[in-house]
Amino acid sequence: MISDLSRFSPSAAPALDDDQLLHVSLGPQHPSTHGVFRMNVALDGETVVSLKPVFGYLHRNHEKIAENATYLSSMPYTDRLDYICPLSNNWAYAQAVEKLAGIEVPERAEYMRVILAELTRLINHTAFAGFILGDMGAWGSALMYAFRERELILDLFEDLTGARMMANFMRFGGCRNDLPAGWAGKVSALVDGYGPFLDEMEDLLIGNEILLSRTRDVGALTKEVLINGGITGPMLRAAGVNYDIRKVEPYGIYQRFDFRIPLGETGDCYDRIMIRFLEMRESIKILRQALDQLPDGPFVHPKAKIRNFKPPVGEAYARIEGPKGELGFHLISDGSANPYRYRVRPPSFINLTLLEDMCLGLDLADVVVILGSIDIVLGEVDR
Amino acid sequence: MSLLAMSTAESSLWSPEWLPRLPQRLVEMLLRNCHAPDWLVTLAGYAVAAGTVVAVFLTAFALLSLIERKTLARIQNRLGPNRAGWFGILQPVADGIKMLTKEDIVPAKAEWFLHLMAPILIVVPSMLALGVIPYGREWVPVSLDLGLLFFFAVGTLTEVAVFMAGWASGSKFPMLGAMRAISQMVSYELPLIISALGVIMVTGSLSLPAIVEHQGTYHLGFIPAWNVFTPWGLTATLVFFIASIAEANRCPFDLPEGESEIVAGHMTEYSGFKYALFFMGEYLGLFAISGLFITLFLGGWQAPLPGLTFVPSWLWFFAKLVAVIFTHLWIRGTFPRVRMDQLMRFAWLCMIPMALLTIPAAGIWVFTGGGLKGWLVIMPLLLIPWLILTTIHNRRLAPQTRTYTFADS
Amino acid sequence: MNLFGKWRGHSASRPGSGQNARATIGAPPRWSMPGLGLFKGLVVTARNMMQSYYRKDRMTTVQYPEERVTISPNFRNFPFLCYDGDDPVAGLRCTACSICEKECPPQCIYIVLDRDENGKSLKRPKLFDIDISVCMNCGICAEVCPFDSIYMDGQYEMSTTDRFGGLLLGLDRLAKSADYHLKLRPLEASEVAARRKAEEAKKLAAQAAKEAKAKTDKEAKAKAAAETQTAATGKGETA
Repeated sequence: MISDLSRFSPSAAPALDDDQLLHVSLGPQHPSTHGVFRMNVALDGETVVSLKPVFGYLHRNHEKIAENATYLSSMPYTDRLDYICPLSNNWAYAQAVEKLAGIEVPERAEYMRVILAELTRLINHTAFAGFILGDMGAWGSALMYAFRERELILDLFEDLTGARMMANFMRFGGCRNDLPAGWAGKVSALVDGYGPFLDEMEDLLIGNEILLSRTRDVGALTKEVLINGGITGPMLRAAGVNYDIRKVEPYGIYQRFDFRIPLGETGDCYDRIMIRFLEMRESIKILRQALDQLPDGPFVHPKAKIRNFKPPVGEAYARIEGPKGELGFHLISDGSANPYRYRVRPPSFINLTLLEDMCLGLDLADVVVILGSIDIVLGEVDR
Repeated sequence: MSLLAMSTAESSLWSPEWLPRLPQRLVEMLLRNCHAPDWLVTLAGYAVAAGTVVAVFLTAFALLSLIERKTLARIQNRLGPNRAGWFGILQPVADGIKMLTKEDIVPAKAEWFLHLMAPILIVVPSMLALGVIPYGREWVPVSLDLGLLFFFAVGTLTEVAVFMAGWASGSKFPMLGAMRAISQMVSYELPLIISALGVIMVTGSLSLPAIVEHQGTYHLGFIPAWNVFTPWGLTATLVFFIASIAEANRCPFDLPEGESEIVAGHMTEYSGFKYALFFMGEYLGLFAISGLFITLFLGGWQAPLPGLTFVPSWLWFFAKLVAVIFTHLWIRGTFPRVRMDQLMRFAWLCMIPMALLTIPAAGIWVFTGGGLKGWLVIMPLLLIPWLILTTIHNRRLAPQTRTYTFADS
Repeated sequence: MNLFGKWRGHSASRPGSGQNARATIGAPPRWSMPGLGLFKGLVVTARNMMQSYYRKDRMTTVQYPEERVTISPNFRNFPFLCYDGDDPVAGLRCTACSICEKECPPQCIYIVLDRDENGKSLKRPKLFDIDISVCMNCGICAEVCPFDSIYMDGQYEMSTTDRFGGLLLGLDRLAKSADYHLKLRPLEASEVAARRKAEEAKKLAAQAAKEAKAKTDKEAKAKAAAETQTAATGKGETA
């Protein structure tokens, strides 16, 4: 556990001569780095002495493109930020623009947004469960089970939005189209069937001694370091810090739902995995309540403009509790159809900043597990 | 030369028991009719026997590479390869052609001679080891009085070859993989060999056919006298099985070729046919050690019930081999990889004590004459240390119950 | 059915029951038989393997291209242009207003307006190219079109060996009939057709009303002119 930050002072010298260390470059082409991510690791035997992440391999000029495109045109690009959970990105951006322009969202649209966001949380955490076991070398069994369930939800998204992943569904003032007939029933059926799947995954994971020994007491940090580092999301809650934006600064209609925030104790990798499982169960609860309370009404504000949308001069920052952490969009408008400045606060990128601290003194095999437990997506890290 | 002795045995040439021996006997008969000298007949006999074993197990290797992928696929809820031929049966052929037609790249910094010899040194000892296992009542390719010792001696050559491969590649990932592999394989040799000592004590011989024949009786008319059904044998079976997974570098002990971390370990810098040879060596080693496992503990070619001896003995052997390999695949599809230090700790602090305990347990078993009395006397000897070990292990693993609270605010 | 249910221990108190409801999930008890967790995992994978032979949801592989997944009618992949009737040139609804070209985020649409000899717009496109390699399937072009002309198609098997020309689809490949749209998305197409028919009917009615009004106006004017004429002649006669 790292709580001493004096290493960062320039006068701190490395313990060993540089040529006694084995320098390994993990990535960018690597089966376990969740995308094109590179880590320059210096090893003393099997122990990590220093770890320097290198990224930018997936940089696509998202923020600059947004400065030259209209507000609506940026919406499909936000899908591609964190491509494992695209609808959350849509919502965060739509919220930022709505805050900027003062647009209200009708009630039905809010419920639809909550349903989609919680389904997105489910797909993200399911994929995470699969990925982390794949990283640990379980040869893809858990990965296949996770993706089999994820596909069911992606089929629902295809029914509603027209695309499995790149949904492009939220608009400024609501959603793009209404729910097709029978969609809510299908979601209800899926939500009922999700509990047994989670039970099966937990059977596979929880008591598994090998998983326990690989993830317990690995990669834990103190609460102060995490808060100072700006870490958000399940990583923070696994360490016991009660901070979930849905409760702290509720957006949408989250105040209406009865759900709890699971908190861990030590914040090691095992806690992070378990916290995500508990969050999935809470998401199922929210989904049931939202489906029950879903009202009729318009799915978008009647005066919402798609074309020639020029928000007033100003700036706005809106954030949501994305599955990976606090996803925020900061927009500065100068009154024209293109934003003056468009900035994404990517949770994966900020959660990665403490990677070295978590990995120092541990084995190379632990590095992969820790990286998996942070749950990054390079689309978001590099934008 | 027990081989010649067996060839003049009374059984008919055409009985199913003799089927595996058919090529060898035909060649011998042919040469004797041509009045070839005795030494030529013997040499030809041995060559054909070796050729049969190699042919059977290379076919088995090809089939296993396909069956493994299909079994893992079914475990993962998907179909395996099924495009190359019906059921994917031509997939090994396609893989073979692919491996043969790939460019053979040797890194500039590599020691080319050792780089070349390493895959060969992995395949040849496994084939040698396959030669001493009794596959059937009438079929052991080479019957040595020191069969078990020969097996272990030859098996350790593969470890040298793995290290050669890693060091000769001249690059970091293979070096890392090779060091991991060596420490893993050396650590797990000990439980492997020690757990076999009990069998040697009880049988009184190092010869593998003798070990199998010793397990040929049936208690109470239907319980076979296999070593796995004795208390010391059960422990030794578990220890040996886990050690054999580690020796064969299979998941959950496949850290040397830890794909998610260090690409392919000692095999990283190999391409083309040399890579195929590594695969072959690994799988042949798996066959060899599973064969030994069956011989030592599962009764070799003995039938499980006295009434089932009409089925040829080699068929029983291969049925058991299929079951053991299937268990290997099942375990591979389920468990994540164990970390290096945990692997070593497990070997030295858990497996070796349990393996060492089987030796006095086997002795007491012989002393008490086996049966229910033997079970009652030996179980405490084995259970109590195991409970102590697991308590220590648990204290390390689950020091406190993890509680996850729900913040209600 | 769960042999190991007691381990899971969702023994939390009732929801909303106050501070810190606890759930001891995921933690094995203080002493556990080592290997039992591994055994549970083995049971799960064995169960999945056996069930993959007879349960549909445990073997979800669709062997493409012999079998195909029935995709949802709402699936959007690539745009197409809609034309009424049989003639893809005369019936094309597109007026080349270029709104879709402007709104397209990656700018993958290239439109050239068709003009006659005098330079007057003919309200149809001479050239309408969409580049598959650039299009990101967002559907914004379909959303903003005011003439019900561009919609998202569900066809996904569009690969070609021609890397440049084959990936640039022109009018000949983009234009598809309204019947195709009806088959692809019955709900949406019938809604659009009904709306267009209603608008057409309204236009016709308005046109007819205008004509009728013009006719009555003309008749009234003629009648008034005749009356003034007779009044004038009547006055002339008496005078």
